[in-house]
Amino acid sequence: MNVLEVRGLTKKFGGLVAVDDVSFDLGQGEFLALIGPNGAGKTTCFNMVNGYLRPDRGTVRLNGQDLIGVRPRKIVRMGVGRTFQITRTFLSMTVIENIQMALISHHRRIFDMLSRATRLYRDEAEALLRLVSMEDQAGRASSELAYGDLKRLELAVALAPDPTLLLMDEPTAGMAPSERVALMELTAKIVAERGVSVLFTEHDMDVVFAHAHRILVLNRGGLIAEGTGEEIRGNPLVQEVYLGGGTVFGQAEAGAESEADHA
Amino acid sequence: MGFYVAQLLTGLANASSLFLIACGLSIIFGVTRIVNFAHGSFYMVGAYLAYSIVALFPDSILGFWGGVIAAALIVGLLGLIVEMTILRRIYHAPELFQLVATFGVLLIIQDMTLAIWGAADKLGPRAPGLDSAVRIMGEPIPEYDLALILIGPAVLAGIWLVFHRTRWGVLVRAATQDREMVGALGVNQAWLFSAAFVLGAALAGLGGAIQIPREAVSLQMDLSVIGDAFVVVVIGGMGSVSGAFVAAVLISVLNAFAILVFPQISIVLPFVVMAVVLIVRPYGLFGKEGSGHGAPTEPEQPLRLLSSRATLVLMALVFALAASPVVVSDFASILLVDVMVATLFAVSLHFMMGLGGMVSFGHAAYFGVGAYGAAMASNYLGLPMMPAMIVGPLAAAAAALFFGWFCVRLSGVYLAMLTLAAAQILWGVTFQSQAYTGGDDGILGIWPAAWASSDQAYFYVAFVLCIGGIWFLRRVAHSPFGYGLRGIRDSDVRAEAIGMDVKFHQWMGFALAGTMAGVAGVVFAFSKGSVFPDVLGIAQSVDGLIMVLLGGIHALAGPILGAGVFVLIEDWVSRLDYWRFIFGMIILGVVLLAPDGVAGGVDRLLRALGLRREGQA
Repeated sequence: MNVLEVRGLTKKFGGLVAVDDVSFDLGQGEFLALIGPNGAGKTTCFNMVNGYLRPDRGTVRLNGQDLIGVRPRKIVRMGVGRTFQITRTFLSMTVIENIQMALISHHRRIFDMLSRATRLYRDEAEALLRLVSMEDQAGRASSELAYGDLKRLELAVALAPDPTLLLMDEPTAGMAPSERVALMELTAKIVAERGVSVLFTEHDMDVVFAHAHRILVLNRGGLIAEGTGEEIRGNPLVQEVYLGGGTVFGQAEAGAESEADHA
Repeated sequence: MGFYVAQLLTGLANASSLFLIACGLSIIFGVTRIVNFAHGSFYMVGAYLAYSIVALFPDSILGFWGGVIAAALIVGLLGLIVEMTILRRIYHAPELFQLVATFGVLLIIQDMTLAIWGAADKLGPRAPGLDSAVRIMGEPIPEYDLALILIGPAVLAGIWLVFHRTRWGVLVRAATQDREMVGALGVNQAWLFSAAFVLGAALAGLGGAIQIPREAVSLQMDLSVIGDAFVVVVIGGMGSVSGAFVAAVLISVLNAFAILVFPQISIVLPFVVMAVVLIVRPYGLFGKEGSGHGAPTEPEQPLRLLSSRATLVLMALVFALAASPVVVSDFASILLVDVMVATLFAVSLHFMMGLGGMVSFGHAAYFGVGAYGAAMASNYLGLPMMPAMIVGPLAAAAAALFFGWFCVRLSGVYLAMLTLAAAQILWGVTFQSQAYTGGDDGILGIWPAAWASSDQAYFYVAFVLCIGGIWFLRRVAHSPFGYGLRGIRDSDVRAEAIGMDVKFHQWMGFALAGTMAGVAGVVFAFSKGSVFPDVLGIAQSVDGLIMVLLGGIHALAGPILGAGVFVLIEDWVSRLDYWRFIFGMIILGVVLLAPDGVAGGVDRLLRALGLRREGQA
């Protein structure tokens, strides 16, 4: 059974069709990449799946349950974890407290006014830190962490509620090349071990081809290709999108001109 | 019909002065992102200066208008001095610092004005040539009002020309939209900021100067106008000059008609309108979500539990406090009750502001509702002290739940402004509901139960409630709930992404802080035996902010130290002449020299002595 089923997803901003009739499935334990040039609609697509944007048309189903119109925080509770393009952590807390907060919220104890937050779910939090190899940094303030460590911390936070689906928006953005490889290897390992399904967007093609089980290519809001790394590499449309200046589908001259105007 | 036209014209005339002050405030906020409390002082000084200068040229038309303009220019110069000596150093400080610093300036200017012009109100001359009334549709309209009606739009047109036709004006508009970008383009920001501040101050001075034929010049002008000016700026949209004009006209005209139906409404009306506008349009009528506030502040250090040695020291201090009535005089134990009340008030404010990131300019509202709740329960329902002490915090909780629901929908300065509006509404209602609250006369004769009536016994009542409240809030700060509030402050996006209901959580935090302020208010009411509308006023709210700032906002111990220091300084200074001046100087000293407050200093000391655990890093 598919973890995520997206059908006919469409979103317009004024006259601009940001995402146009996009459909795809994400299988159990699959590592699915969503790629495309700038402005292709990746982030819009993402934000409709995680509930931050309401689509104009289309459906999103998670394990058979409809996600359209569900608030982001409810979607989290239904088993969707997420990491952000720019890391979002609680900077005034330590590394382990960040994870404990995710666990506290998951176990619905966030309104507890008498327990000591730092003493709750400590073992579970430590186990998650070990998973991302950060157990030696548990007590550090997260504001002191290097960027690559923040990304790993965010991954551990996202995994805390034991999600079935992980949404990662540009997980390696802003990282050094060697760190990128390490982070994605770690993510791939966790995906394999825990059976989590991952949908991620990414600009770094090395990362995508090295790890994604399957790749979706978006351009101008539409899905133009879908397949394994090999298939995508060999796809002439994709090559044109990435190498040929963004003009595809033999679009009208007007479209090409407005693109040139933007450049 | 003629009567209504006359009301309309009066409203429009009132709008002019209000617009001048508010647009200056708006320009200053737009460019520098400073919420300038001292703006009311510029207005007041403008009026005093105009009064003195115009008096030199009696019955001269040129003398009158020349005096008005000279007053505005001198106030502009005063603005330049304030900007260059004080504000320039704190542009990158958090909002709270700036607000408190400008309040310090307000205090200083108030006492300097008192020293120069004395305490008596001054009655300004009528404007020569405009001192009679004309009949419009049968109703007498003062000529001067008609002149005022023209001055507002004329100034608006002038500012519009400057902003759209000069390079400087374009830069001001650009900075209002995105300050960092303007800096990145190589614009000399220091110069731009100074110029904007001078313009804003001069406009406020002009606003005050043109009021002299209409109202008595007094030392209360500064605080009485600043509330309305804030309201106009917020309704119009911060940084928007035309918004300020529309809002000033809206408020003044609405007010001119509303008082016909309900004479008491004028104090409350602006704040009600503001609350409605902010709920419908969170950035005001013409406002847009501006660029961020100053530079990103340094991230706060994680909370650490006290080490066992520090806990022992703390326990010893609490026991010493508990034992103090046996040792010290009755007078000192009354002072200690004041300290405890102030501390709980400050801790509750810090809870929502420091931990929750929700800056409140109106926390006194809940302190006051607590005090009035207990006072009214005791005097009108005839409840004994203990039940009345429960009614007070419940009333504060209800008020905080009601206003908090609206407030948490906004953030940053807008949230702060809405809290101010809430406090002013409550203040206005209290002030005017003579039959229930005693109005200005307050409620007298709120005495503790017989068993608690000695100073010593009441000390222990206060001790249990205040120290208990402080302990509880500290406990909550370390609990998941408190961590959740801090998490939302750090990153609301992440909080939502771990499944938290951000607005609900903040709402509950707001309500808890308000309830605990209410507890402080109750203890206060029974210790003084009386309550007056001041307990809900701006000054009381600002006192709380100063205590938090004085102690240092980044530490849990901050408000405790701050409140203690504040009450002791106030007790000492308020016996002196010109205590406002001294107090203002102390505030400025703290803001400029010790921005992490007393707690920052103590924290450094504790670390040095090894009483506080270091981070592992």
